[in-house]
Amino acid sequence: MNKLSIITKGIIKENPIFVLVLGMCPTLGTTTSAFNGLGMGLATTFVLMLSNLVISLIAGLIPAKVRIPSFIVVIAVFVTVVQLIMQAYVPALYETLGLFIPLIVVNCIVLGRAEAFASKNRPLDSFLDGVGAGIGFTLGLTVLGAVRELLGSGAFFGWKILPGDAMLVFILAPGAFIALGYLMVLFNKIKKA
Amino acid sequence: MEYILIIISAVFVNNIVLNQFLGVCPFLGVSNKISTAAGMSAAVVFVMTLATLITYLIQNYVLNPLNIGFMQTVTFILVIASLVQMVEIILKKISPALYQALGIFLPLITTNCAVLGVAIIVVTKEFTFSGTAAMLNLPQAIVYAASMALGFGLALIIFAGLREHMDLVGVPKPFRGVPIALITAGILALAFMGFSGIV
Repeated sequence: MNKLSIITKGIIKENPIFVLVLGMCPTLGTTTSAFNGLGMGLATTFVLMLSNLVISLIAGLIPAKVRIPSFIVVIAVFVTVVQLIMQAYVPALYETLGLFIPLIVVNCIVLGRAEAFASKNRPLDSFLDGVGAGIGFTLGLTVLGAVRELLGSGAFFGWKILPGDAMLVFILAPGAFIALGYLMVLFNKIKKA
Repeated sequence: MEYILIIISAVFVNNIVLNQFLGVCPFLGVSNKISTAAGMSAAVVFVMTLATLITYLIQNYVLNPLNIGFMQTVTFILVIASLVQMVEIILKKISPALYQALGIFLPLITTNCAVLGVAIIVVTKEFTFSGTAAMLNLPQAIVYAASMALGFGLALIIFAGLREHMDLVGVPKPFRGVPIALITAGILALAFMGFSGIV
């Protein structure tokens, strides 16, 4: 497999959100606006890249039986790094995303890529796989965030573009489920065509 | 009185799945049959209550006195992972029948973000009772965790009931599977919004 296709398969063919349906909690919980979705996506991408790299470096040293707990510890370390960095440099975004930053630890995508790819492949390939899955996840979150923001508050990345009142329900919990459901329908339809 | 408030607020008003978006993966994954949904709910109630008890004690008697709060994420996930493993081993020994019923769900719970999420919420969030905001004490934290887990079970079982019926109707092709499940969950969440403002 060449290097470029490792990255691109994570974006469309194995998109974490629309195709694999992994990591639904942050997907629904943080996408109240396009900017929040983007922020969450980038934080997850950072953890994905570095945990994939480190796990592929140490995979040979870990006995198969304690594989999963060891992977989780590596992931948790990088999540803590992200937490501290975000608290220092983007405290406002950290406050908005709140609980979902520490919850990157239990995001199925991160552990899923570690188990399915990083533990069996070379470091550089694993790193690129993390980049690809991260970009796919970030794109999905940003698109969902943009749709919800547009419908829910009539804005795009904070710029008010639709006049008048918007449908507040899309910012609230039910709108998240419904918007993601219809986006998946659209994705399925486009993929078939 | 405040215990009743905690229970109503956690089960209905701030339902963990439909309002807080925690535990959505098992909510979508094991909701095809009511019986599996009930098994998963029981396992979550059990593990979430126990995990919150232990992480609450660790936070207040280990992490806070040593001033290493930043280790929270790493410590909590390790505690939860080993707790799940331990529960599995103990159940297998002392109650094979219960293990038969809950066994296959236990490994799934380690990566159920609801368990870690609730453990973090009870040690970080302030709650307001009769006008004064304060952190939960230990009994309140346990009641809160158990009610959150019950809320998860309630949502999961209702949703499984809906999905069993949905298998019998013709769904348009692009909607089949996850999309229609998400839209149904959205409508269920709309119904739960009716509870907001009670507490």
